[in-house]
Parts: sequence; C-alpha cells; structure tokens
Amino acid sequence: MKNQPKIEARNVNFYYGSQIALKNINIACEENKVTALIGPSGCGKSTFIRTLNRMNDVIPGIKIEGDILLEGENIYHPKVDVAVLRKRVGMVFQKPNPFPKSIFNNIAYGLRINGMRDKKKIEMIVEKSLKEAALWDEIKDRMDENAFSLSGGQQQRLCIARALAIKPEVILFDEPCSAIDPVATAKIEELIHQLKEHYTVVIVTHNMQQAARVSDFTAFMMLGEIVEYNKTDKIFTNPSNKLTEDYITGRFG
Amino acid sequence: MERHLDEELQELKEKLLMMASMAEKNISLSIQCLKERKEEIAQDVYKNEETINFLDIEIDQICMKLLALHQPMAVDLRYITSALKISSELERIADQAVNITDRSLVLINSLPFKPLIDIPRMASMAQSMLKDSIESFIKKDADLARNVCWRDDDMDEMNDQIFRVLLTYMMQEPASIKRAVGLMLIGRHLERIADHSTNISEEVIYYVKGKSIKHHYTD
Repeated sequence: MKNQPKIEARNVNFYYGSQIALKNINIACEENKVTALIGPSGCGKSTFIRTLNRMNDVIPGIKIEGDILLEGENIYHPKVDVAVLRKRVGMVFQKPNPFPKSIFNNIAYGLRINGMRDKKKIEMIVEKSLKEAALWDEIKDRMDENAFSLSGGQQQRLCIARALAIKPEVILFDEPCSAIDPVATAKIEELIHQLKEHYTVVIVTHNMQQAARVSDFTAFMMLGEIVEYNKTDKIFTNPSNKLTEDYITGRFG
Repeated sequence: MERHLDEELQELKEKLLMMASMAEKNISLSIQCLKERKEEIAQDVYKNEETINFLDIEIDQICMKLLALHQPMAVDLRYITSALKISSELERIADQAVNITDRSLVLINSLPFKPLIDIPRMASMAQSMLKDSIESFIKKDADLARNVCWRDDDMDEMNDQIFRVLLTYMMQEPASIKRAVGLMLIGRHLERIADHSTNISEEVIYYVKGKSIKHHYTD
C-alpha cells in the first residue's frame, strides 16, 4: 500500500447507547481510489461511513472509541473544527436532497456561506462543478429553475456537484443510487469512476453489483465487523472468507 | 454515454489481437523452419509459444474479472464469452504450430524426399483463415466469418489430397515411410488449425448475431 492512506479507521468501536454497532473496525482507504462497503442491512456500513465526517455526532447517546485518521490526523480530536472537517470530507446521501432554491443557488450557496463574494468566481465554480458532475450539458440553460424541477437522477448529480463545489478531498456516498432508476444509476456510477481521478471516494451500497462495478477496494461487513477487506476483483472472483462468498453468491443476506 | 467498461473491453480486444498475430506468426515460422531447413527458427516458435500461453491466462483473468465486476448483458456478455473461447482456440492453434515445428525438426534432419508444394499452400490457407476469423471478430463481420467456415472444406480436401499423394510415395518407396508420415501429420496439424479458425468464426457469428451455428445447429 502506498505511503499514508487518505482516511483510515483504527480500532474503532461505536455504540448507540449501550448497544454496540461497530466492533474493532480497522480499514485504510487509499487516496484516489473508490472503497466500497457492502453487507446485509444493519451490519453497520452506514454507521461507519458516517463516522468518517462525524455525521453521527448529532445523535444523542452515541459513543465512539478508537481513531479515525484523515491524512494521519485524528478527526475526533477536540481541537478539530467539524465544519472544516465536513468541507474536507463531503457527503452525498441516499435520497437526493437539493435545497428549495434555483439550480444555480444550490451550488452557489455553499460557496457564499464559506465567504465567497466574487460573482464571476462563483459562476465559474458552479459551471465547473456541474461539468464535473456530468450535469452541465443537460441543465446549462435552466440555471434559474427550481432544483426540484430536475429528475431524481439529475437531482442526485446536482447534490454531487454541490459537494464538489467546496473542493472536498474525500467524498462519502451513502447509497447514492437507491432512489433512482437504472439509467440514472449507470450515469452516477460512471461519474464516481471519473471522480476518483481527483478525489478519494468511499461508498456504501446495498447493491453489491454496484460495488463490483465502481470500486477498487471492497469491505464486506457483518454484525458490526469487517469480515473481509480486499481488492474488489479479489473479493468478487475469489473471496478468502466463506462468509463473504456466501453473501456475494446470495446464499444468505 | 461513455462507459469505463468499454476501455476494458478495448484492452481485451488488444490482448486477443496480439495473441492472434503471434499464433499466426508461429504457423508461418513453423513452415519456414521445414521449408528452409533452418533449425534455429524452431527456437523462435518455442519462445513465442510461451508468450501465447501467458496471454491465454491473462485473457482468462480479464474475462473473469469483467464478468464478475460488470455483470455484462446482451452483446457485452456475448463479446466476453466469445473472447474466452477464442483465446482457447488460439492457444490450441499455437500448440499445433509447435507440433509442426517438432515434426519439422525431425524431417530436416533426414534427407529431403519430395519438393514441398502442398504443405506451404495449405499453411498459407490456414493462416488466411485465422487472419480472417480474427478480422471478422474485430469488424463484427458475420459474412466474413461465414466465408471462413466455408473455406474449411477446401482445407479438408487439401489434406485428403496430401494423404493420397504421400500414400503413393510410401507404397513406392518404403524407406520414405517415416518422412511421409511426418509430412502427413503436418498436413493434419494444419487441417486442425483450420478447424480452430472455423470455431473462432462460429463464435464470431454468435457474438454478432446472437445465433449459434455450431455443429450445423439452427433454431
């Protein structure tokens, strides 16, 4: 493995109240690669991905042990500014959640609240982000329309563009395609494949074929533990663990 | 929409092309070794054979990976399964070139007893069948593939003819039996190469049309 991983979990345990949700998670995600988390419902994959930008912090009664390191720095250190962290580690959710604003303002919003005032620069970044999210050509003449006028797949790409606009280093996708149709899904998958050129991607998906198609590394999780973590082609052609094999061949789960 | 699967399919195509061109080269080298009675050419054949075997394994791995990771459908699925089969046909073609070389080495260490006319002709026919079968794959040209299948009959006839001629030699001069059998077997190896090229063409027709014509099967 090259140098330092971009983002890494070390001996992470996670509790909702007294209930343990993640047990001794150790995983290192390489820079400019796509890492996928698969596993049956309730295995902890969403809980885990949400620890990577402290999205769980708002839930009362949670407790986390161990370290999450972003470029070697623990993101749970008391001095870490969570707003800055979330700028560095962006997130795209299951259901597209555009703001009830124009397409343009959906992306410009994040830039403005981060203090950007230069109109030309904002316009430039909006265009660049939409291009990067492979949406620009479809909506360039509709920038003033409400974001809700877009199709589900387009809304999701808008959310990706919104995340890209503030130049994150890592993008977390929490089941980004579960609410959209197969053609839109194929577009998002192609997009994720292209994004890794500039970003590090971690994706949670229920759809293990999707993990196979888009990722470089795959972690199979069960009951809060990582059962197997390896290169995606190894996991899907010749997994080392019987549990992984049974899961990906549909024998359980 | 561009798919990153297409890049990987392209890589697969390039590997197959490389394998095919090396197999074709080995057929021609094996015959050259026999015709020009140059033992050193055999080494080139054996060396190329190693690369061909390596490519066969590599293509298997690429296809496995594509099937597992992309769950290809329809024409993509037919393309990948055809590529898998084509690579094993190519590997067997290359084995036949090695067989020809082995026999040639024995033959060139004995006295020449007959000018070589039919064998080189058969070899160039086999080579062109192989070349066209691969071209039909690349160009998705089912007509060209069908044409290769028809040419297989000519090869069979040619092989029968060689057999008859050599049988006559053997009856006239029993001392020539060993050499004649060697040549007969080379004819047989070339005929097998044509059969494998025919199989490749049948795969191409399946890939392009989605219809199997193997074993004269029609539905």
